[in-house]
Amino acid sequence: MSRARVYKTEAIIIRHQDFGEADKIITLYTPYIGKITAIAKGVRRPKSRMGGHLDLLTRSNLLAAQGKNLDIITQAHLIDSFAPLKAELWRLSCGLYAAELVHRFTPERLPHASLYNLFTVTLERLGKYDKGELVLRFFEMRLLDLMGYRPELRKCSSCSGVIQPGPNYFSSAAGGVVCEECHSARPLPNDRAVSVNAVKVLRVLQGESFETAVCLKLGRELASELDYVLRSFITYILEQEIRSTGWLDTLRRLENTVSPGLSPPGTP
Amino acid sequence: MEPDFTPAAEPVARLIGEFNKLPGVGPKTAQRFTYFLLKQPEEEVRALAEALLAIKDSIITCSSCQNLVETDPCPFCSSSERDSSRICVVEEPMDILALERSRGYKGLYHVLHGAISPMDGIGPEELKIKELIQRLQKGEVEEVILATNPNLEGEATAMYLYRLMTPFGVRVTRLARGLPMGGDLEYADEVTLMQALEGRRQFQP
Repeated sequence: MSRARVYKTEAIIIRHQDFGEADKIITLYTPYIGKITAIAKGVRRPKSRMGGHLDLLTRSNLLAAQGKNLDIITQAHLIDSFAPLKAELWRLSCGLYAAELVHRFTPERLPHASLYNLFTVTLERLGKYDKGELVLRFFEMRLLDLMGYRPELRKCSSCSGVIQPGPNYFSSAAGGVVCEECHSARPLPNDRAVSVNAVKVLRVLQGESFETAVCLKLGRELASELDYVLRSFITYILEQEIRSTGWLDTLRRLENTVSPGLSPPGTP
Repeated sequence: MEPDFTPAAEPVARLIGEFNKLPGVGPKTAQRFTYFLLKQPEEEVRALAEALLAIKDSIITCSSCQNLVETDPCPFCSSSERDSSRICVVEEPMDILALERSRGYKGLYHVLHGAISPMDGIGPEELKIKELIQRLQKGEVEEVILATNPNLEGEATAMYLYRLMTPFGVRVTRLARGLPMGGDLEYADEVTLMQALEGRRQFQP
């Protein structure tokens, strides 16, 4: 694909890494180019004109020049800093988790405007709603759709029979829910029992609008079941651990031991 | 690499490989360093080699502030002139040098050796946070100044530390944020400008 030597794009910063004396290598997610890695010169100096416009989880308008290896960001101007998201540790950490998922699911320079939109509204929602867990689960389900891994939740992924309320299994290898007979006939290593309520919630997350889904009330147990099911499915697809989950777990534990302050994960 | 063709003698290739591991040094720079050293008199090269070994032999971590120093406790922690009721928490040892240049701080330091970065797998266990809490448990500290970098990871680290320190009843402060000297208002981002407005002070010329 040929591109203009200097190009303009909107982008969300999903990763950064120090480079050289005062530079940074920045990973951007853009609507029409997809994921790009670019270098931003001098942004670690306090007097940098771009520094504040290129922090993590920031949506900015950029001007970049094509480089030999990495593109070079020459101008940056902030559109949205997602301030409500960054005001709280739990929300911010959820945002970083979403950014890691986008990073791990996407190859470089493969445009996907719908994913960009989903990611943007997710960061807005994480700042707006107290139900961080629910926002993340909705994001994960829609991300799986967009990436072509939509889990089958109504029919058995093995025998195509309609899933009945009762003991069922979520099979990462089969790509969805499997009925008990199929599971006992041919158990796969990543199968795990899934409750009737969890299947119902997953169906709502998959089929209904966000406005409907956000009205769901998840108890702590159901929330952690959903987290576990989707996490193991995503880990199975990507064949690698999502590193931020460890940090989210740390925060959940902290929430259970120390007095309130973060928005309680998973509670109504 | 082709087995029958070695572009450089083995010791030369080895040194190039070692230089290449340094941050910001690519293969070409590594080659330049190596061939420069080959032309240097032996005592120069020996001095460099000794300096390299010395940093590993004599530099240790201060058991209190976790700074990289020659003695334990470090000059800061053992000095009677420093105010031991204040601890300034920084990400890297280099940040201490920057703060000391300001000559405005007379308290002690604590080096975390990084900031929380979930995506890179850096959580609280990878940082010197336990050691900071242990210092607070002694009950001598009145104020903790959070001087982590003013970016998202630095903020996350500061927020997390704040949560952990609440039970100790110490005063927790954060370095002010705003416009840098010699900066240009036009190029400031909205977040910085907002914080500069919020943190404005009575004008005292």
